[in-house]
Amino acid sequence: MSQNKQASFTLDGKTIPYAEGQTIIQAAMAAGEYIPHLCFNPEFKPHGSCKLCTVKANGRQTASCTQQPQPGMVVESDTTEINDERRALLQMLFVEGNHFCPSCEKSGNCQLQATAYELNMMSPHFDQFFPDRPVDASHPEYLLDFNRCILCSLCVRASRDVDGKNVFALSGRGIKSHLIVNAKSGRLADTDFTGYDKAAHVCPVGVILKKRVGFTVPIGSRSFDEKPISATPHPTVKGA
Amino acid sequence: MVSQINTHAEYLDPILIHHRHNACDLLQILIAAQDHYGYIHSDAIDHLSEQLQLPRSKIEGVAGFYSFLYLQPNGEYRVLFSDNITDRMLGNTDLMESMCGQLWVEPGKLSEDGLLSINTTSCTGMCDQGPAMLVNNIAINRLTHERVNAICELIRERVPVSAWPAMFFAIEDNIQRRDILLSSDFQSGSALAALLQRGTVETLQEVKISKLRGRGGAGFSTGSKWEFCRAAMGEQHYVVCNADEGEPGTFKDRVLLNNFADMVFEGMTLCARIIGAEKGFLYLRGEYRYLLEHLQAVLQHRRQQNLLGNGILGLSDFNFDIEIHLGAGAYICGEESALIESLEGKRGTPRNRPPFPVTHGYLNMPTVVNNVETFAATCLISLQGGAWYAGIGTDTSSGTKILSVSGDCERPGLYEYPFGVTVAQVLSDCGAADTQAVQISGPSGVCIAPDEFNRRIAFDDIPTAGAFMVFNQSRDMFEVARNFVHFFKHESCGFCTPCRVGTSLLSNMMDKLAHGHGSPYDFAEIEKLNVLLQSTSHCGLGHSACNPVLDTIARFRPAYEMRLAHKNFVPAFDLDHALSQARQMTGRDDTGAHLERSHESK
Repeated sequence: MSQNKQASFTLDGKTIPYAEGQTIIQAAMAAGEYIPHLCFNPEFKPHGSCKLCTVKANGRQTASCTQQPQPGMVVESDTTEINDERRALLQMLFVEGNHFCPSCEKSGNCQLQATAYELNMMSPHFDQFFPDRPVDASHPEYLLDFNRCILCSLCVRASRDVDGKNVFALSGRGIKSHLIVNAKSGRLADTDFTGYDKAAHVCPVGVILKKRVGFTVPIGSRSFDEKPISATPHPTVKGA
Repeated sequence: MVSQINTHAEYLDPILIHHRHNACDLLQILIAAQDHYGYIHSDAIDHLSEQLQLPRSKIEGVAGFYSFLYLQPNGEYRVLFSDNITDRMLGNTDLMESMCGQLWVEPGKLSEDGLLSINTTSCTGMCDQGPAMLVNNIAINRLTHERVNAICELIRERVPVSAWPAMFFAIEDNIQRRDILLSSDFQSGSALAALLQRGTVETLQEVKISKLRGRGGAGFSTGSKWEFCRAAMGEQHYVVCNADEGEPGTFKDRVLLNNFADMVFEGMTLCARIIGAEKGFLYLRGEYRYLLEHLQAVLQHRRQQNLLGNGILGLSDFNFDIEIHLGAGAYICGEESALIESLEGKRGTPRNRPPFPVTHGYLNMPTVVNNVETFAATCLISLQGGAWYAGIGTDTSSGTKILSVSGDCERPGLYEYPFGVTVAQVLSDCGAADTQAVQISGPSGVCIAPDEFNRRIAFDDIPTAGAFMVFNQSRDMFEVARNFVHFFKHESCGFCTPCRVGTSLLSNMMDKLAHGHGSPYDFAEIEKLNVLLQSTSHCGLGHSACNPVLDTIARFRPAYEMRLAHKNFVPAFDLDHALSQARQMTGRDDTGAHLERSHESK
């Protein structure tokens, strides 16, 4: 390969150029291609935990958000095999928490829901875990509904790396992993969280919600009601 | 309030000073704090947060990750029954039930008077002398009803654990077969002297010639690892000994550290000289806490002999010392990058790799992480040369391997063999009869049946980190696999979706079969889960979590088929079982308290 020619790999047969340091998903998104993902957000350092963005790179399965491409690498993403696996991962996330889309303010703006539509998930398939996760409504302006947490840790990263606050953290282990807030009382009201924090606006699902603005945009007119997530993976949410 | 915080400061401040207020030592500080107070009090977290300049969310996050750390009162006596399959086979379930009954406490709950709690824990590394337990993190083995009754009495009378009969805490080595390592009459400093005489680069060459491969199971070339790390750029280099021996069924490191600690530390020092490290860590699993004083004494002795510290053996440019860090009940910390996270005082979540520890390890500096047995073997190589070592074992697997043999055999314990030994030979030597199966390298390894007993222990046949659990014909291989699946569920770190949720789903499916609701549909589901976990999990734990089930389905299918009561899918939910709580509360068990249902024979 000549020096001045930009390195590239192929994604489902399409040539994707990439710059040094970019991961597969970063290069793919820059080229306008969609790879399903939840814990990845282009504004943050890749994390690699949800595994939705799993692709086959030169025949080996890997998370495309953390994997750097190599020149000429053959990456497969939109295949029946991989989409079946992604659907199973989504189903795991649905049964692990308590997700009742019809009553959720985030419906239509939720990346978990939109990705499930994108991948034609028709049922949760597995038995529900029905975990007991009390809501934290202590904060005057914001509500935390842990029932919907998928442990992507975007709020943890945003609060720590952008806001410099550490409002959120993960505790517990394994299936008992859970989100906690930085207060002795365990309540959001007793942290220094505000609506101006980056952390208030990164939740891909419906955990961190602003109070008293519910349903100002009617269901049916929300971001993913208008365009599928593959067309606008990170839309600016109306009414936010 | 203020006086309470002062109380916590009273014991926390000396701990903080001892750890130089280093936030990297957070896990060690939390362990010491709990040792003092019994649990980690919310006010203690305030004080630590202030003193270490860490957000309390981070401290709670770390404390919440490790099984042996408690954020709520958990009793003056914290009893944990080791719950490996070998403990089960020796009757731990009965013993625990009896103890709970005698002391009026429910498993996993604090007693009403706050005196004690009783629960289970993953294998404590005492399979050769089980059933085993930990009381306030100190090991007690060879439990019998008699011993359990005595322990109940001691707890009732509130006798401090330190005053319990010494015989309770006796731990045997059970070395049954010695080869080059276990029979070596190692003299402190001799391997270092050999290195200095031969030269550093030349000794690295010998390690490469020896073809020594890592004894933790993965089998990476030790010489190459040391060479990569030596070449890696970094202000500091680090040596880490992985003594987080958590794989159920293995206990060789326990014996090596008890008898050959000097050799292990010297191996670390050889590595330090070769890669240019000034600091090393031994990460000791919390279950082996009882070895800590002994290991500290060995380190101190080595410092006195000028084999550790500044100017080792009179060389002004040879400075190296070793610190011991304790684990706190997290199997995943045996994974090298999770271990490094834990050394840095964080949650033990495996890192994204690459980069690998040899270039970006502890504090992102080049780091060698090797197994206890690997470091000990390097001393033999330094003393006798690489060619000698390569001449032992097989082509692909040089040297010897120490096996931890347990289960159904007459002589459980440690067996050291040159690589290439057959499974049949080991079975014959340990006095196993009527063997149905052997689980090699623990739940994440393989389970083999008699037609494979001619297979060999070697990297190109059956690689192993050392566990060798024997099951005779009376054992139910389904229950073996179910025990292992529950182990993985308990030990999953929770970072990635497939392992966090998948290990729970798998446990539920195995429980479903155990409860008589299985059908061929569930078989297919288990196989699908296996593919998913293998292809999408973040680390080896998730990749191997389905192995025990797949291996036993392939080899002991009847054990599963007898549980497939149904031809077609039935839900796991059992309406009659759901009423069991109501029956318990009302003290009823008559027919009227049960739903009518057909009683199919299983």
